[in-house]
Amino acid sequence: MDFLRPASWEEALAAKAEHPTAVPIAGGTDVMVEINFDHRRPEYLLDLNRIGELTEWEVGGENVRLGASVPYTAIMENLRAELPGLALASHTVASPQIRNRGGVGGNLGTASPAGDAHPALLAAGAEVEAESVRGSRMIPIDEFYTGVKRNALAADELIRAVHIKKADGPQQYSKVGTRNAMVIAVCAFGLALHPETRTVRTGIGSAAPTPVRARAAEDFLNAALEEGGFWESGNIITPSVAKQFAQLASGACNPIDDVRGTAKYRRHAVGIMARRTLGWTWEQYRGTARTLEGAA
Amino acid sequence: MRVNFTVNGRRQEADDVWEGESLLYVLRERLGLPGSKNACEQGECGSCTVRLDGVPVCSCLVAAGQVEGREVVTVEGLADFARQREQGSCASGACGTSLQDAQSWSAAPRDGVTDSQTGEGTELSPIQQAFIDAGAVQCGFCTPGLLVAADEMLERTPSPSDEDIREALSGNLCRCTGYEKILDAVRLAAARQERKEEAV
Ligand SMILES: Cc1cc2nc3c(=O)[nH]c(=O)nc-3n(C[C@H](O)[C@H](O)[C@H](O)COP(=O)(O)OP(=O)(O)OC[C@H]3O[C@@H](n4cnc5c(N)ncnc54)[C@H](O)[C@@H]3O)c2cc1C
Ligand code: FES
Ligand code: FES
Repeated sequence: MDFLRPASWEEALAAKAEHPTAVPIAGGTDVMVEINFDHRRPEYLLDLNRIGELTEWEVGGENVRLGASVPYTAIMENLRAELPGLALASHTVASPQIRNRGGVGGNLGTASPAGDAHPALLAAGAEVEAESVRGSRMIPIDEFYTGVKRNALAADELIRAVHIKKADGPQQYSKVGTRNAMVIAVCAFGLALHPETRTVRTGIGSAAPTPVRARAAEDFLNAALEEGGFWESGNIITPSVAKQFAQLASGACNPIDDVRGTAKYRRHAVGIMARRTLGWTWEQYRGTARTLEGAA
Repeated sequence: MRVNFTVNGRRQEADDVWEGESLLYVLRERLGLPGSKNACEQGECGSCTVRLDGVPVCSCLVAAGQVEGREVVTVEGLADFARQREQGSCASGACGTSLQDAQSWSAAPRDGVTDSQTGEGTELSPIQQAFIDAGAVQCGFCTPGLLVAADEMLERTPSPSDEDIREALSGNLCRCTGYEKILDAVRLAAARQERKEEAV
């Protein structure tokens, strides 16, 4: 095994181009488990820890450009207002020690259907900035997950950053597990209201081969909210609408039975989480809408 | 490969390190510092917790090569580390814990209570003393990781709520105590710290 320690982003891209089989290591919270248990013996480890810009973020007008190695702890502490869904999801990851090391770049690299960043990114709307010596490209988050633990990165590409839409409304993240800390999701659900475009977006974790959006549920809800004038009125969403939304979210799942839960339970739980996160975010939206009206 | 890094305030060099080796392995097997425990090697238990550039991490999940040039504090250096923090700086110029001292680390007997095994040793850090006083140590396997994590929390959050304590220690498993005495110990250390600050 060789340990490659590029001191800059350019050097890292050059090293990845020269050794496409090299395994990048950021926080190491996925990679080291595999090495410790002999599940993986890469020829090259490509350490990203010395590349300072990967741990930086920039808050722009529309997006947050989040460096690939920004640890979850920093997201929770600094980006709660801009990225509420991702901050909530980050807080559910493992433990303080793991959150101090692991980040979204590694979560995307592993692309596990259970990764907690994914439903939040899908719901908020995001693009992955992938780069190689050949150039840089933006991969829409919906096209990033290509199979169980597979992603759209080419062998010579590295993730530089993730561009995530800044929240323009309330966001929630809900996760089912046996306890609060150190739990890999049995299943998870992220939901974001986007009042500017009058749309709702979702993300489902651990209930299909890849993280997915509940598209049919989104389409149904968007139409129902529009038709009923809910965005203007801020009225409570009709229970039958919420119920139908939950059923469609359940239907978006394609889960398996495994040690953490059965497929049937996952489908059921996703429906419940869809209804609850919709209720929570809509309450928040109504609250802010009322204050805005009051102030006008 | 060779790895140069700072352990408990002193420069160290580890040789013949395998590229896939963890920081935990380097500490225990190359530097002879068995204080950080190896219980799971997969980040689940926290018994290997050390501080890397000040931040608590599972040393079993840090690749050895990633610590080149960086600073690590292990449980063996915790007492010195806490003392220096209290004094505000490294006044004497002889700060940190030498490898030899760390390897043979033992606690000093307190108040004339003699411990058959230890002659002279290091005075305990407040969190270590609190763990003993509260009876938070049974088999002791989880203790080093908990001490490092709890000490860092008290540094960051001097007057922690129970919620703060639970959160900070949520990555550390204990199979013996049922956690209540551990919570007692951290509350005790926090209360003593507060009292000390008031007295200043
Ligand atoms: C005890 C424990 C509990 C956990 N609990 C959770 C949990 O609750 N939720 C959850 O989502 N995850 C959990 N994980 C998994 C892990 O912590 C996360 O997936 C984390 O986000 C990985 O980030 P990292 O920086 O440590 O990744 P690494 O381990 O460094 O890398 C992970 C993968 O991504 C690749 N990679 C890293 N950076 C880049 C980059 N810039 N460009 C291209 N590829 C890259 C690596 O090659 C590797 O394939 C847990 C892990 C442990 C050990
Ligand atoms: S040995 Fe590192 S967390 Fe258990
Ligand atoms: S005292 Fe035995 S594991 Fe905690």
